[in-house]
Amino acid sequence: MSPTKPAPASPLLSVDGVSKSFGEAEVLRSVDLHVNRGEVLAVIGASGSGKTTLLRCLNGLELPDAGRVTIADTTVDFSARPTSRELRALRDRSAMVFQHYHLFPHRTVLENIAEGPVVVQRRPRDQVRAEALALLENVSMAHRAGAYPHELSGGQQQRVGILRALALRPELLLFDEPTSALDPELVGDILALMRDLAAEGWTMVVVTHELQFAREVAQQVAFVDQGRVLEHGAPAQVLRAPREERTRQFVHRLLHPL
Amino acid sequence: MTAIDWDLVLGSLGPLVGGAIRGTIPLALASFAAGMVLAVAVALMRLYGNRVVKAAARLYVSVVRGTPLLVQLFVVFYGLPSLGLTIDPWPSAIIAFSLNVGGYAAEVVRAAILSVPKGQWEAAYMIGMSRRISLSRVILPQASRVAVPPLSNTFISLVKDTSLASLILVTELFREAQQIAAFSQEFMALYVEAAIVYWVVCLALSSGQSALERRLDRYVAH
Repeated sequence: MSPTKPAPASPLLSVDGVSKSFGEAEVLRSVDLHVNRGEVLAVIGASGSGKTTLLRCLNGLELPDAGRVTIADTTVDFSARPTSRELRALRDRSAMVFQHYHLFPHRTVLENIAEGPVVVQRRPRDQVRAEALALLENVSMAHRAGAYPHELSGGQQQRVGILRALALRPELLLFDEPTSALDPELVGDILALMRDLAAEGWTMVVVTHELQFAREVAQQVAFVDQGRVLEHGAPAQVLRAPREERTRQFVHRLLHPL
Repeated sequence: MTAIDWDLVLGSLGPLVGGAIRGTIPLALASFAAGMVLAVAVALMRLYGNRVVKAAARLYVSVVRGTPLLVQLFVVFYGLPSLGLTIDPWPSAIIAFSLNVGGYAAEVVRAAILSVPKGQWEAAYMIGMSRRISLSRVILPQASRVAVPPLSNTFISLVKDTSLASLILVTELFREAQQIAAFSQEFMALYVEAAIVYWVVCLALSSGQSALERRLDRYVAH
């Protein structure tokens, strides 16, 4: 399945002045970001830098204290508390893949994928099932359609997590460290699947520690440090010739852990 | 000590089992069903209501758990008529028992809802569900697995507690036993016989509980 819209170079996602504090701790300090249609943005940074919070602000799983998030023609201004209707309108535009999958344990693989399209979007059940099976076929998991999540490996669960997101037909895919919970030998499969999605033209924001993936797949890399986007640009620049000393240190530590 | 009057014991089995089938079991089922509706509502009030709603829910739970069931039953059946509100024995019993079960089960339901991981809410919101739909499609089905064992205990207790309804003239298992005992003066035989019938009913319920737990556990790793 490919994105529902063609991919001209126009901003699909705009983040303007997004700030967020948890109590005294300022986690995000007036972050600005723009991602064009069909682009992949990789967000990197140390744990605790605010990169996951930033991602969760994009679909209102965290509510920013200030700032605006625009996806396509839907804008939510967080300076006032958004209504649940506004939040759902924003969430309709995107779909998220979680680090720990968060599949629904009481539903089968097929039901997990079909739940949103059938229950929320009210699309015809038969059509959604056929689509979900086709998606499963693409990742060689059609034979697991009737399995429950606990019967799957981590890699299989994350593939279902990705299909659940795709089945919603969002305009924007959000990935929150999608391979961080996986055994090392399963990481490659998931990254390959994400690479295919990027090639199909999906617009993606990927919070990741996989620098090679960022370098090869992303058009933009944002380095988040202490709640700010400290450095932002093409992967070749940010990862190979960082302007900021802190970016240089971070990239170096990730490439040379010992 | 006299010999057991086996003819009386056998002859009483019909009325006692009839009392269970026509009185004890429907009384327990109706009260439990109404009580569970109340319990879910009160649990949601305590979890998601505003301050006033939360306080009201807490007060209700506190009153139910802090007063004897027999007193609650008497307030409804013997107390309310002095306020001009006379309710028949059966509805009185169902009102008192369901209010009582509602109070205990509300705490079980609340704890079960809180036991569902936060990530499940996030996944439900992510796919576009409202809070109400998230609850009914994602959270409550998972909470029910956690709630079944304690709620089964609540139900089994309720089955036995329905014997108190004999004191407000509801014809059920224990009242049948009392009447036959008073007439025949065979107290020991009749009350032990009643105890055995209660026990058999509760044994059946326990095995039903096990079957239900197995069914709800089918999606959980062991």
